Amino acid sequence: MSDAPVVFEAKNLVKRYGHVVALDGVDFQLRSGEILAVIGDNGAGKSSLIKALSGALIPDSGEIFLDGKRVHFKSPIDARREGIETVYQTLAVAPFMTIAENLFLGREIVRPNLLGSVFKILDRKKMLAEAARSMEEMKFSIGHMQQAVETLSGGQRQGVAVARAATFARHVVIMDEPTAALGVKEGNMVLDLIHRIRDRGLSVILISHNMPHVFEVADRIHIQRLGKRAAVVNPKKVNMADAVSIMTGALKPEAIPADSLA
Amino acid sequence: MKMKPLVRTIATSQLFGPLVALVAACVFFSTQSDRFLMGQNFSLILQQVLVVGILAIGQTLIVLTAGIDLSVGMIMSLSSMVMTKFAVELGVDPLLAIVCGVAVAGAFGALNGVLITRVKIPAFIVTLGTLNIAFAVNQIYTRSETVSNLPPAITFLGETFKVAGTTITYGTIFLLLLYFLAWFFLSQTAPGRHIYAVGNDPEAARLTGISTERVLMGVYTLAGVLYGLAGLVLVARTGVGDPQAGQTENLDSITAVVLGGTSLFGGRGLIVGTLIGAVIVGVFRNGLILMGVSSVYQVLITGILVILAVAADQLTRRMKK
Repeated sequence: MSDAPVVFEAKNLVKRYGHVVALDGVDFQLRSGEILAVIGDNGAGKSSLIKALSGALIPDSGEIFLDGKRVHFKSPIDARREGIETVYQTLAVAPFMTIAENLFLGREIVRPNLLGSVFKILDRKKMLAEAARSMEEMKFSIGHMQQAVETLSGGQRQGVAVARAATFARHVVIMDEPTAALGVKEGNMVLDLIHRIRDRGLSVILISHNMPHVFEVADRIHIQRLGKRAAVVNPKKVNMADAVSIMTGALKPEAIPADSLA
Repeated sequence: MKMKPLVRTIATSQLFGPLVALVAACVFFSTQSDRFLMGQNFSLILQQVLVVGILAIGQTLIVLTAGIDLSVGMIMSLSSMVMTKFAVELGVDPLLAIVCGVAVAGAFGALNGVLITRVKIPAFIVTLGTLNIAFAVNQIYTRSETVSNLPPAITFLGETFKVAGTTITYGTIFLLLLYFLAWFFLSQTAPGRHIYAVGNDPEAARLTGISTERVLMGVYTLAGVLYGLAGLVLVARTGVGDPQAGQTENLDSITAVVLGGTSLFGGRGLIVGTLIGAVIVGVFRNGLILMGVSSVYQVLITGILVILAVAADQLTRRMKK
């Protein structure tokens, strides 16, 4: 895993809000086909880092590379165009609309002829079929694609958001606390989906406060502290307590065995 | 899940309540008056709801985005005066005069849209403002005088033809055509679905790449155009340009939308529901007149109906949570 090529990289990102330094020259590397967890205490710059990577925030300085190519995201739409999809904590779905409609929201399939290009008339059949196929591929059994999302549980709704990201992502799926609003069973369901996204060859960035979740799915863990990357560790060789200690500053990264860094 | 789509739509959707209310009202009034169930009377009811019915299409688009429009009646009135004054006093070709009137209404709708999306003022306040502006502009422009002797090309939609002894106006056909187009737009096109998405959750819509500002701009402008078309129907029905018209249409259009099952909180509702809602309003007015009930009671009952419909909406929302 550790020799897989780097697909998504940030170098020396800085972001200041007045006197507050949110990102203090942070580096970041995501390798192909891995699940990289990002953990950090509140104020460590975790969410600023993710926002910069997903295009929701423009850093004051520093560089971001996708597949070795320099990119400048001005909005999440820019990032999406490059094949980077983000799943938000807030269950960003439209509850009264159907599963299929939510899957294609903002990216509807229109009829192939003038009816589509000029009048934007939807190709509902194709959208339904594609939605069903996508869910099938994800082994995500959720019922009828014409069911309204409001009839689903919180976990299933998040599942729809995850499936949407997986359907359209070409490089990277960023997940911002995808299990925070969910119960235990529902959270596990979303973890399964994260595994399947990785199995499809996509790289996943998972931001989470939930250490058991992080240690269950992550291949590597990026520990963010004081606006910088404190360490990247291997969850198979570092225990949860040590990871949290590095996160809070109680343990210096140098103090743990070199082979547990990743 | 194997039910026919139409049956399933009616049984499970928001249309169920409005349809029950409509049927109940019809049954009640048919026991009170022999004339109620006659075809001629139904044709009359449809004619009476023409103006509010068209206004309510625009209002539905706006309410679906969780907005509200109080400037409905005044924009319609201003548009009808521009049409009639241009055609009668300036001698403009009637068709061009109609286009000008509708364009003025569309421009007012666009003004609402700009104030809401760019200046970020709540729709309620914006349209309360433009309600007064449109009213004042209308009175200043017309010196509060009515315009009569309209050319027949402007009142064409008021003309009638007979089908099996029942008189039908072209305006009724026009109304049904507009409802069909609105249904098609809302349910079968991407921009139509984006209106629902914005009303469901503007933040979620924005995150999927939908420009909420563009959707709202489009909705308010399109609603303005519809108010202009309602102005055309108003002129055709009354045969004059009356600058005092449009005073009660604001609440009536909102009543039709709400009775039709569209949620005032946005994102949920069907355009067919609004048509049913408008007809319910018409049926109540007509039925009470046939029963000889004083017009004050009609107003009273309309008020009660609106509150009941919104209460039902609130209740279903709370039960879902």
